[in-house]
Amino acid sequence: MSEAPFLTAAEIAHKVTDGSLTATAVVETTLERIARHDKVLNSFTAIAADRARARAASIDAARRAGQRVGPLAGVPFAVKNLIDIAGLPTVAGSRINRSHPPAKTDATLVTRLERAGAILVGALNMGEYAYDFTGENAHDGAARNPHDTARMTGGSSSGSGAAVAGGLVPIALGSDTNGSIRVPASFCGIFGLKPTYGRLSRAGSFPFVASLDHLGPLARSAADLALAYDAMQGPDPYDPVCADRPIEPAMERLDAGVAGLRIAVAGGYFRAGAGPEALAALDHVAAALDVRAGIELPEAARARAAAYVITTAEGATLHLERLRTRAADFDPDVRDRLIAGALVPAPFVQQAQKFRRWYRDEVLKLFEDVDAILAPATPCTAPLIGQKTLRLDGVEVPLRPNIGLYTQPISFIGLPVVAVPVVLGDAMPIGVQIIAAPWREDVALRLAHDLEMRGVVQAPRPPM
Amino acid sequence: MTDSELDAWINTGTALLGIPIQPEWRAAIRLHLGITFGHAGTVLAFELPDEAEPAPVFSA
Repeated sequence: MSEAPFLTAAEIAHKVTDGSLTATAVVETTLERIARHDKVLNSFTAIAADRARARAASIDAARRAGQRVGPLAGVPFAVKNLIDIAGLPTVAGSRINRSHPPAKTDATLVTRLERAGAILVGALNMGEYAYDFTGENAHDGAARNPHDTARMTGGSSSGSGAAVAGGLVPIALGSDTNGSIRVPASFCGIFGLKPTYGRLSRAGSFPFVASLDHLGPLARSAADLALAYDAMQGPDPYDPVCADRPIEPAMERLDAGVAGLRIAVAGGYFRAGAGPEALAALDHVAAALDVRAGIELPEAARARAAAYVITTAEGATLHLERLRTRAADFDPDVRDRLIAGALVPAPFVQQAQKFRRWYRDEVLKLFEDVDAILAPATPCTAPLIGQKTLRLDGVEVPLRPNIGLYTQPISFIGLPVVAVPVVLGDAMPIGVQIIAAPWREDVALRLAHDLEMRGVVQAPRPPM
Repeated sequence: MTDSELDAWINTGTALLGIPIQPEWRAAIRLHLGITFGHAGTVLAFELPDEAEPAPVFSA
């Protein structure tokens, strides 16, 4: 079992299914590893040890009885703590929500992963109320990047990034409103899938910006993303945004290769401001795919601006009563942004929503000529914890509002994206976005898997 | 907008909404409000037809 922490979900499920490993052994190793390493990584906020052990015992018993144990049999996973776990308050990274009553049931995605044989082991740290790209949290402390614990994980799915990159769990769930899966995937050197808006149910999760919220998996391989993604698909009457679409499995086409796929590299906005490490990673992936075509996403800067306005205003509306009555109990970095968001005039928001439709229509035209677009995930590698500013195009700008520069114009119109990790030399990892047309997660996953199989991208093991 | 204009907006808006703010929060609120209004100006500068539908579409 010494290698178990860095086994992929697919490998664990295979071993548990053929009996060469028990789910109980996997869970015990996982709990031991969390106990040993999470004092530093600070990725977990709750451990569901009893639940995990009971679930593992039932999977082992089912296997011994010759019953089917599912494609994720025995695979430990954990969820960002805005996702409901029965019996725990859904704190969403806040102090305020700690007084909420415990969730009565699990979130839909937790139920679906467990139905496929996976085992929930706990809840993960996050930026307060998901309004964060850093991984810092005034209440729970910053999650730490396993590749350099002085550095940020990125956020807001900070614990999800740290726990997966640190080999504590092979799969974690996060949420992504403006980049909160893709940013920690980039900084922590792992794979992250932000599916199409409406693809995966958000039922049983604490919202941030209903217009833009997505849930999705983070993992150390593209195949593990696909395994988890397939297990979570399907309509859900408890999320009005969740599309009434049939399950469209990505796993069965994962090995289809990339021949015939038309790919372009996003230029203009997506190169301006990017640091040399972000551009080197992008060029590395583009060269491996022999991509020479460039493409311009029209008005990408304006799309990012509109996403910013909608986010701050909708987020502030969600929290208005808490800002009125408990402002001092917020994380100060989040509170001050939310108060500013509450002061945004309605016409700004409505115009941003009108622009959103225009931009969607224009970007969808691009997918008549391409199947996937490559873009940087973040403008830089992981900053130091506590860092407040960032240099973009030689100009010092506030860090928090600007890490999502390249992720926001994409989630703004709900396109599916896989963030893939690139490591060049001794540098910290950094992600590249593989963006596909709506409902074509399979294309982005195929490309990510092909790149991974050829060693172009990989989730590096941290020095732990 | 100037800092004093942003401060006036903060004073009026937080009073209207009933959000109590402490003096030491003001600089960060002003910073973020200024960034947001800058982004809003970028959005408003883009001409859209009167018939442009907002992205969310309600179904009865």
